Amino acid sequence: MKNGVGVAQNIVLFGGTSEIGQAIIHKLVKPGVSHVVLVSRDIDAAEVQVAEIAERYPDMEVHHVRFNADDSASMIHVVAEVAQQVGDIDVVVIAQGVLQEGVDYYKNPVALLPVADVNFTSTMVLMYALAAQMRSQGYGKMVLLSSVAGERVRKGNPVYGATKAGIDGFALALDHELIGSGVSVLVVRPGFVTTKMTKGMDKAPFSTDAETVATAVEKAVSSSRTVIWVPGLLQYMFLILKNLPTAVWRRLPL
Amino acid sequence: MAQSGSLSTGLRCTPRRGLRVDLCLLGAPSRIRTMVMQRLSGWGRTAWTVADLVHTTDVDVVRSTIGTAGERGIISRGLGRSYGAAAQNAGGIVLEMTSENDPMGIDADFDPLTGLLTVAASVSIDAILRMCVPQGWFIPVTPGTRFVTVGGAIASDIHGKNHHIDGSFGQHVRSLTLMLSSGEVIELSPEANAAWFWATIGGMGLTGVVLRATVAMLKIESSRVEVETVRLENFDAVCAAMSADGSDGDYRYSVCWVDLLATGASMGRGVLTRGDHAAASKVDKEDPLSYDPRLTVSAPGWVPNGLLNKWSIKAFNEAWYRKAPAKSHIALESIPAFFHPLDGVNRWNRLYGKQGFIQYQFIVPLDRTDVLRKVIEKFSAAGVASFLAVLKRMGPQNIAPMSFPTEGWTLTLDMAAGISGLAELLSEVDTLVLDAGGRHYLAKDSHVSASAVRRGYPRIDEWMSTQEEMDPIGLWRSDLSRRLGLVDHRRSL
Repeated sequence: MKNGVGVAQNIVLFGGTSEIGQAIIHKLVKPGVSHVVLVSRDIDAAEVQVAEIAERYPDMEVHHVRFNADDSASMIHVVAEVAQQVGDIDVVVIAQGVLQEGVDYYKNPVALLPVADVNFTSTMVLMYALAAQMRSQGYGKMVLLSSVAGERVRKGNPVYGATKAGIDGFALALDHELIGSGVSVLVVRPGFVTTKMTKGMDKAPFSTDAETVATAVEKAVSSSRTVIWVPGLLQYMFLILKNLPTAVWRRLPL
Repeated sequence: MAQSGSLSTGLRCTPRRGLRVDLCLLGAPSRIRTMVMQRLSGWGRTAWTVADLVHTTDVDVVRSTIGTAGERGIISRGLGRSYGAAAQNAGGIVLEMTSENDPMGIDADFDPLTGLLTVAASVSIDAILRMCVPQGWFIPVTPGTRFVTVGGAIASDIHGKNHHIDGSFGQHVRSLTLMLSSGEVIELSPEANAAWFWATIGGMGLTGVVLRATVAMLKIESSRVEVETVRLENFDAVCAAMSADGSDGDYRYSVCWVDLLATGASMGRGVLTRGDHAAASKVDKEDPLSYDPRLTVSAPGWVPNGLLNKWSIKAFNEAWYRKAPAKSHIALESIPAFFHPLDGVNRWNRLYGKQGFIQYQFIVPLDRTDVLRKVIEKFSAAGVASFLAVLKRMGPQNIAPMSFPTEGWTLTLDMAAGISGLAELLSEVDTLVLDAGGRHYLAKDSHVSASAVRRGYPRIDEWMSTQEEMDPIGLWRSDLSRRLGLVDHRRSL
């Protein structure tokens, strides 16, 4: 669980190579953390990060667990493996995600499957598996990296937007189901974040960076908030955008 | 919601803002146990976790609860006055053993001739004082609140303003009855099975459930305390006045309030209060032993997070310092006013708002006043405002391996839990304390690491092996024991 000054003992990052995920981990790691687990597909990249974190915080144990984010059925075993390594899973950052750009889904509709699997199906399986583990612990916090892209899915990348819309809705409902169990979910809705995932893309208005997202998460993770927007102003912008008549929405130069 | 009241022999269920109420039949058909899933924290109102709460004072219910425990184990809880996670058990069972407002009265056997009190562990010091003070006896050790149970007092081996003379609570316990994880009930005393007795004193509830204890009470002539109040203009004056070569040893009770926000020449200024129970002849009253503690006001539930801040506390400190007479002065005070001033405000722990607060209490050897000064400077530089900072010189330590007090200075301060950068700041202070050969008080701890406890309590391995003898299956577990690795959590139930 977390201690009296809000520091969790065991922190796990799913999507261990995610830039935002790593930035969040760096913010959450403070004196009092005993284990950090990076869960990712890429072993080499993870080893570099493990070494880097271990060097910065010598009192802490850093582990790496390998997974295939699009293999939804394997999530149950991954959670069990993490629990075996560290005991209680106190705070989890779920940062696994795929953003496919420039794929012609009309020609190759099957290409959307990995996006749906990683962003949606696997993440749902993962969150249920984590919820079960955390409920038995009487404490736990899941931080889900959602996106404003799911707020009102639009043309351009409907697949990505739809998976984010789906997982965002799922996470909120799961949080509702978990009331009273000591387990809760924090849904993070960043705007356009400049990372390697969005490299080469045109910046959207109110874009932000991984560091800003991480700072907002650090603050919210020990509060009772369920949703945060980064930057915060997006919440009010989307309140308007979501409620625009379709005819107006479709004409917006977004 | 469950109805309050007695359902069958020895069983109580308390109405709670509960989430789920399970009534399960156990053993004899007439015995119903109530288990409520409940969010719990310590007195500091931080680090909430959920556990199955069983409220009982019945030995048979305790035993049947042991039988149903899962792998998250059980911890017992009294009035929840330990500040951190000592009496909570995320995902496991918490046995709440309190007998406040018990319609059957206090479960106690008191001999006013010898002053020996045999009492259920669920009884509070408050109840004991109400019973014993009018008969001319006082609890030998009381902390700053009278709302602690005897079980909690033993588990934390609590100390009070008289530690330099009388030692800690455990030294006044003549014997205790303990239920082991096997369900067996045993008697422990310093004579019979001393190792197990002393492992239970300060054992944070991890050796078993204390059911009863016999305590040697202290004879008093009146319910008043003769108190000398001395204003001390800086930290050097505070340390000098409380040193062993000063007059500290002439007073049974001695403690100093310290103003941590004062800077410059008056850094660490304080108000020293010391005294002893007044003789009957000094009390101008019909009944010198009359005792009537009252709760006057209650802190509301809606206090905002920032109410206690640097400025409000600074103003309070100034007023408190000025209130003390410039010249030393002697007066008679009541027991609640002298020993339990905070109990005047019911639920005062809400004053820090929703964020909660932590208490930081450590001890360093007598010759390390330099560390005290460094710690005060560090907190002061970081702008940490402490509403209550108290300094006390402690006497020699007892033989319990996990008992906190050792000969030295103990400084206690509280602070809002939401201060940014607090984890880093406390970690630096922890290092200062540990490097000086000091340690932290587990009943108040909210954040220290397993390695800090290993360094601070050099006899921890001895205690852990006794603990394992007493609880081979590893039944007793708490959030505190998990964080600090106090018991081997790989032992499976």
